[in-house]
Amino acid sequence: MVEVLPIDEQTAQLSVRPAESISLIVETRDLVKRYGDFTAVDHLNFQLTEGEIFGLLGPNGAGKTTTILMLMGMTDPTEGAVKILGYDPARQPIEVKRRVGYLPERVALYDDLSARENLYYTADLNGLSYAESKRRGAWALERVGLDAVASKPVSQLSHGMRQRLGIADVLIKKPRLVILDEPTLGLDPEAVNQLLDLIRAMTEEEQLTVLLSSHQLQQVQRICSRVGIFVKGKLIAHGSISQLAERLAGGIRTLEVSAEPNGAELGELLRKIPGVVGVERDAEYWRVRATVDVRPAIARAVTDRGWSLFHLRQRDYGLEEIYLKYFQT
Amino acid sequence: MRGLAAVYRKELADHLGSRRFIILFILILFAGLSSVYVAAQSIRDQVSSSQNVFLLMFTTPSGPLPPFFTFISFLGPLVGLALAFDSINGEQNRGTLSRLLAQPIYRDAVVNGKFLAALTTVAIMLASIVVIVSALGIWILAIIPSTEELLRVIAFLIVCILYVGFWLALATTFSVLLRNTATAALAGIASWIFFTFFVSMIADSIANAVSSANTALDPNAILQTTQLRDMLARVSPNTLFQEATIAILMPQVRTLGPILLQDVIGLVPNPLPLAQSLLLVWPQVVGLLALMAICFAIAYIRFMTQEIRSL
Repeated sequence: MVEVLPIDEQTAQLSVRPAESISLIVETRDLVKRYGDFTAVDHLNFQLTEGEIFGLLGPNGAGKTTTILMLMGMTDPTEGAVKILGYDPARQPIEVKRRVGYLPERVALYDDLSARENLYYTADLNGLSYAESKRRGAWALERVGLDAVASKPVSQLSHGMRQRLGIADVLIKKPRLVILDEPTLGLDPEAVNQLLDLIRAMTEEEQLTVLLSSHQLQQVQRICSRVGIFVKGKLIAHGSISQLAERLAGGIRTLEVSAEPNGAELGELLRKIPGVVGVERDAEYWRVRATVDVRPAIARAVTDRGWSLFHLRQRDYGLEEIYLKYFQT
Repeated sequence: MRGLAAVYRKELADHLGSRRFIILFILILFAGLSSVYVAAQSIRDQVSSSQNVFLLMFTTPSGPLPPFFTFISFLGPLVGLALAFDSINGEQNRGTLSRLLAQPIYRDAVVNGKFLAALTTVAIMLASIVVIVSALGIWILAIIPSTEELLRVIAFLIVCILYVGFWLALATTFSVLLRNTATAALAGIASWIFFTFFVSMIADSIANAVSSANTALDPNAILQTTQLRDMLARVSPNTLFQEATIAILMPQVRTLGPILLQDVIGLVPNPLPLAQSLLLVWPQVVGLLALMAICFAIAYIRFMTQEIRSL
């Protein structure tokens, strides 16, 4: 697990790290992309090690797709460097594209071709022989569960099926790294689950490394071993979700309290409890922030007054809070 | 090369199976069949022992129907525009372009493969139509074409493919420059109308404006005006195509510009040999090739330098 550090410390660490290590799949150094005056990606530093599923989290327009395009060698960085599997995508894009599967944000397939024909075209573009593309095409279609509709034109497939066909299309070249740009966008919950299970299963079976971008938190939370929070072109934090939550809380706990009576006198009472640093009125609860666990003290204080305690809960930082907290700053 | 071959194969298969191709094929085939049928009928009535009866089928207008080569000069641009107006921006709009460019191929394989596939489609289409139409003519007239006539028809076919190739290149350029396929199609049709109808009018007015009015009776001035008008009209690929096909299909055509009476005195009106006809149209053929190359170069450079986010 990678520690969560402020950006300047991360940069300092990078410069003293040994130059190359085999298990490093993706590495970026001070990656910058500017379009005119607009900075889409601002000094981005992150690494992906073999076998992990990394979630690039951020609101729309944060620069996720631009970053992915730079990793794929489809657009050149303004500054900084990228290494993918030891290749520089800006200089050796063909080598990178041979080993990296990329599923764009809008999974685009040729509607008038059948599912199988779409895969054959990709196989042909990757230089596979006809016999090999037949074999791998059948394998990939079976892997994503679309062998029954292989001969149907893509226009007749559902959105979820197309998304899975997109995964098959990525798998056919036997990539080592798979980059998925918003793979769950616009899918219904069941299709999302299917797709995420598929991504996780194939990561284990094929020894893949996966980088996926999303703005849908719960989904990322389900399958990613690590996430990076990406806002306005900057990676403001990365690490596992529990690490992010811990760091975000900064030693402060938040509690929800409600009692009878629930008026201002309860607020006064809560404020007097030692360790409490803030009390606010929420819709139906009092929100209490404290440096230590004050739950027993609150319960005692309320019952000592002869009031009834209805609700007392310590809130955990979920991804939602993490997300909102970081995205607001 | 591997990527180019893959794109070429896929695009060729797409074109040959597309409704667009079938509709255009039927349209041109029927236009060709009717014009050659009517021409052959009138040739059978009028001509007895004229030379090059076989070639006359392609050039004789009869009644309201224009000759075959005029049909090609009108419908050729339509074929070129229809096959290529959405070649790049269509993929862009469907989003397949970014998936295509994420494959291990060079970027120019996409635009080259598409253009070559469309050009091959055009060649297949025109060659089969010319063969079918010739067969009908041979059947009606019961004549066997000479080797020279056959070679002239092949030369005509090559000029036709070059001509449609120009329109393909122009349509490809629009499909790279314009994001919207409908706009690209309209731009193509606008340039078709411009080159077909307006270039000759504009050439006429410019030539008349340049030569002053009081030299109207001076033969030298008239000659100069005519020559200027012809040169200006040759900006249009339609003019180049018509001049080239007339000289190839009509061996008796000796010059493509104005002829002075003094040049004609003592002239034996024999048909030219093929090599001489080809020499006569060489500038026109090179002109067509150059126009096509320029259009394609614009498309190519623009496509190669475009930022991927705008693709």
